[in-house]
Amino acid sequence: MINLRRREFLAGTAVLLFTAATVRAATITGRLPWAPNAGNPPPQVRLGPWEFFSGDEGRAMDALADCIIPPDAETLGGKDAGCAVFVDRQLAGPYGQQEGLYLRPPFQAGAKNQGHQSEKGPAQSYREGLAALDRACRERYGKSFAELSGEDKIAVLTALEKGNLKLEGVDGASFFAQVVKDVQMGLFADPIYGGNRDMSGWKMIGYPGARYNYLDWVNRHNERFPLPPVGMTGNAQWSRS
Amino acid sequence: MPSAFTRALGFAALLSCLATCQVDAGASDPQEFTQIERGRYLSVLSDCGGCHTAPGGKPFAGGRAIETPFGNVISPNVTPDLETGIGAWSDKQFDAAVRRGIGRTGAHLYPAMPYNAYTMMSHDDVLAIRAYLNSLEPVRNTRDTNTLPFPFNIRSVMAVWNALYFRAGDYKPNPAKSAEWNRGKFIVDGPAHCGACHTPKTQLGGDRADQYLEGANLQGWSAPDITNARATGLGNWTTDDIASYLKSGHNRFTAATGPMAEAVELSTSQMTDDDRTAIAIYLKSLPGKEHASGLAPIDAKVMTAGGAIYRDQCSACHGIEGKGVPYLFPSLVDSTMVRAKDPTTVIRMVLRGARSVGTRGEPTAPGMPSYGWQLDDRQVADVLSYVRNSGGSPAATVDPSDVARVRSETTARSD
Amino acid sequence: MARKLPKKDVVIVGFGWTGAIMANELTDEGLDVIAFERGPWRDAPTEFPPGYMQDELRYRVRHELFLRPDQLTFTFRNNMRQTALPIRSWGAFMPPNGVGGGGVHWNGEMWRFLPSDFVLKTHLTERYGAAFLPADMTIQDWGVTYDELEPHYDRFEYLCGTSGTAGNLRGKIQEGGNPFEGPRSRPYPTPAQPQPFSHTLFGKAARELGYKPFPQPSGNLSQAYTNPLGLRLGPCTYCGFCEWFGCSNYSKASPQTTILPYLIRKPNFTLRDKSEVIRINVDRSGQRATGVTYVDSSGEQWEQQADLVILSAYALFNVQLLLHSQIGQPYDPVTNTGVVGRNYTHQTISSVNGFFDSKKFNFNPFIGSGSIGMCVDEFNGDNFDHGPHGFVGGGYVGQVQTGARPIESTLVPPGTPKWGPEWKKAVRDNYLSTVKPGTGVHGSFYSYRDVYLDLDTTYKDRFGRPLMRITMDLKDNEIKQNKFLTDKFAEIIKAMGAEKLAVQYRTAPYDITTYQTTHLNGGAIMGTDPKTSVLNRYLQSWDVPNLFVMGASAFPQNPGYNPTLTVGALAYWSASAIRNQYLRKPGRLVDA
Repeated sequence: MINLRRREFLAGTAVLLFTAATVRAATITGRLPWAPNAGNPPPQVRLGPWEFFSGDEGRAMDALADCIIPPDAETLGGKDAGCAVFVDRQLAGPYGQQEGLYLRPPFQAGAKNQGHQSEKGPAQSYREGLAALDRACRERYGKSFAELSGEDKIAVLTALEKGNLKLEGVDGASFFAQVVKDVQMGLFADPIYGGNRDMSGWKMIGYPGARYNYLDWVNRHNERFPLPPVGMTGNAQWSRS
Repeated sequence: MPSAFTRALGFAALLSCLATCQVDAGASDPQEFTQIERGRYLSVLSDCGGCHTAPGGKPFAGGRAIETPFGNVISPNVTPDLETGIGAWSDKQFDAAVRRGIGRTGAHLYPAMPYNAYTMMSHDDVLAIRAYLNSLEPVRNTRDTNTLPFPFNIRSVMAVWNALYFRAGDYKPNPAKSAEWNRGKFIVDGPAHCGACHTPKTQLGGDRADQYLEGANLQGWSAPDITNARATGLGNWTTDDIASYLKSGHNRFTAATGPMAEAVELSTSQMTDDDRTAIAIYLKSLPGKEHASGLAPIDAKVMTAGGAIYRDQCSACHGIEGKGVPYLFPSLVDSTMVRAKDPTTVIRMVLRGARSVGTRGEPTAPGMPSYGWQLDDRQVADVLSYVRNSGGSPAATVDPSDVARVRSETTARSD
Repeated sequence: MARKLPKKDVVIVGFGWTGAIMANELTDEGLDVIAFERGPWRDAPTEFPPGYMQDELRYRVRHELFLRPDQLTFTFRNNMRQTALPIRSWGAFMPPNGVGGGGVHWNGEMWRFLPSDFVLKTHLTERYGAAFLPADMTIQDWGVTYDELEPHYDRFEYLCGTSGTAGNLRGKIQEGGNPFEGPRSRPYPTPAQPQPFSHTLFGKAARELGYKPFPQPSGNLSQAYTNPLGLRLGPCTYCGFCEWFGCSNYSKASPQTTILPYLIRKPNFTLRDKSEVIRINVDRSGQRATGVTYVDSSGEQWEQQADLVILSAYALFNVQLLLHSQIGQPYDPVTNTGVVGRNYTHQTISSVNGFFDSKKFNFNPFIGSGSIGMCVDEFNGDNFDHGPHGFVGGGYVGQVQTGARPIESTLVPPGTPKWGPEWKKAVRDNYLSTVKPGTGVHGSFYSYRDVYLDLDTTYKDRFGRPLMRITMDLKDNEIKQNKFLTDKFAEIIKAMGAEKLAVQYRTAPYDITTYQTTHLNGGAIMGTDPKTSVLNRYLQSWDVPNLFVMGASAFPQNPGYNPTLTVGALAYWSASAIRNQYLRKPGRLVDA
């Protein structure tokens, strides 16, 4: 219970280390610590308005998600699978602000194999990247990215990936690579984070989810595991049908 | 369960002695090793330290709030401090308190102090305990006042209680039974005061003699049936299983947690092997009652949903077949706690988690995580109904309202 | 100004595997021991329970159980001409944090090093001549031999309940085990884990190619086990969430499952979490440690005095604390003098992914354990003649796939678009029929004159201290070694029946952004000469004899195996020297 409250507190204030009284150093002696309800499960992402994206950004992200993961007869597309919602909630949280990372100056350009060297976190990269993408589309097509035809969207993204379409003030190819990675992550992360809706990503590939016991299957070679995926918040089988 | 549990029903608090006291250190010789050692062991059997030690406080210095259904009773300081402890008490006064529930000023003690059980000890036993307590370092610790509401705050009311439920007198051996059986019964009914937790109580907190050791509910836990009943009691346990449980808090079926963990740690794990075996022999001789008949058939949907939750969450430790790992993860198939008539404890464990006791014999002290954040009342009920009806003897299903009740009753608890 | 606390007999800095081992050994001597751990308390039912532990995003992608770089990081450059830049987000390795340290989130591979690994310089020089070694290679002998360590290997294996098949029992080669391993005095405490489909397929293919495959020795247990301390472990259930994650069901050997519940009951042991030691204090002579200074989570500084200091943090932090405490002469690669920071190494790893016909193969790749695997050791250490190949060193190769968490394991064959309908179809078609061995090629990383650790001149930590600087690159020797091993490995994957292979060699420049195991070594190495080592053969500081430094920072170079078993064995070896020699006569155990 204490930990749950702490999570809410942290979520609200973006304080991670060395602050809340409950994270104080403790002396442990005599016996293993124990408290009821201990634990720190992630909160369930709630559906609803964007938390990070503006309306325009959200529309662009939904369109991007459907280009990266197009809907087909068997599986949802990125938009309906909640991939843009996933990215939105991630950007609104610690990830967006590079929380916990080393952010002391000076920030100097280095070799690629020395890693990311910028004060700019993913949240700002998305803000600038999506704006630059819409600007580039308006210049070329007179429309925002989300308003383009399917064919034009693919053409834009292909050019972006290959470095043939330059975005103003933004490394378009890197930005798009980041979007691809994050959107695809949304398809395969636990549905508690807002993507992978109905575990559509897991069902698509045959991954049975957050399970813990395959003792009855480790020796059954080349036989499909029969149980459906389960997420941290369960699945339909957990309820009386 | 003795120890902190005694508190449950109420029994016990020695009257604090603030009035002028005439010094009378008592007849017992504080230097007498044999007597002190005997007293130390009797205090282990009686788990005195359980109630008379506050969390984080000095041993036997009192100050622990003992929960009763009627309010909290604060345990007094029983170290030999002259002013705030029992240093100034005479042996006679001490004996009257321990075995008859009469405080030093003549007022009645609350039966949170299990004098109704301790009465089975002999005068010599009590003097030995006194000698042991006298050998401790005096600790100055004045206790807070009790928080019992009217009419329970009037001590003379206890005279009525005593008339109803208290039978004074030393343990009288049953010559038809073995020495071990008699020793077991003496410990169970006397110093260890097992019935304090395991025998259901009347509204006034007296024992329901017709349900002796058949399990009771207190402090947000259900203490299980410890008769030899097959489905809900110790019927499937051997005497060795019982002795192992009392010694280490663990056996091939199950593990001690909650108040029993404390009883094991402070009392039963420190008993002699002979005494643990004697307790086991006595408990195995109690027929108890079988409750299995007349269960309503279980909704197949409950079993399907419960089975899915079980496989996905519980089988990691308790195994796909529910058999657990001996001495590490309880076997749900064999656990009688799982099938107890009153499912309070298992509901509570699923909701809030629990750590089993760590002892010298079994130091691992594995813990059960909390699922209260993840499973709603109905899911907790269904998984427990599934477990209670998979393998072993069937038990009544758990209703979501039971889970809601335990959830709400335990919300504010820190234990 | 730090507030002083009452003196203890022993202070332990960092509570992972070696901190726990030392605490348990030294409390057995009746010493009053306090251990400081920088990170938080952690235990299975409360910090990584089965209800939410299987969360790839949180634990793998967002690094939940690891140190935050914000708290402490390093700078990195490939060579001495380059400007080092801070590692702002972890990549190449993952510094542990919290009670249990790396023992919480490791995979549990339990390898012994080869007897020749401990006398590497002597062995290679005798066999191939000194001229065969690259001029700037600075490998050396350890100062301790395999035979001396064997009882301690055995002890750690039995503490952990290790599951495996012996390959060399007191000199007799055993069918089904690793025939190249050094002689062991007893079989493994528990039998090897059963192997999933792709692993058995690898074993079959390797056997047909003439190799002698064997199950990887594993700290994920094949059956329930009670260790010598009376602690109980359960059987692994193959959840596939091992490395990067904590084990929920007491089936992975860790300080929590094998030592801590026993240790914590001792009245002469105290553990403090969220307390970061920032300095080892020495007296005016500079030859005696007086204790440590640490900062608790409220920012307050405390001084804990002690007669004996055990430095048992992660390898890099051991070196950093020595540098910050000015204990031992810092290494200077230009003049080739000094010792602290010298012989820093990593692991040379690569992998080959195999794509199989999904109509014929369903590997259920999500069924796995951290150290499950079938391995081949023909190309490790000096198990083969290096003469024709022009490099030294080697490694094991194996199908050591530990699961198939879907964010990381949705691979597509080479040439597939990275997004769009073809990507989607390829992911769908390949997930169940791809072999993804993780660190399938696990090679040695030998030491070089200009690969080292020192203090950075620009970047500071939260206390204003300089960050430690890593100067590291991959040398031709390791690149050749990796090419050779990777090609051998690819042959086996191909022989398993893969239709397509994705072969990834390890190449220069060394990349700080891609994960290459957390097996960082050296910088505070053991040896026989104080001019070329920080520690003597008992892990005792040459300069400050009441300071012992545990961990892989003591490795003079890194062999082709996972380090933990050797790290644990060295801790027992050192503890034994303290118990049997040092406590009787405190002072240097080896004359300088």
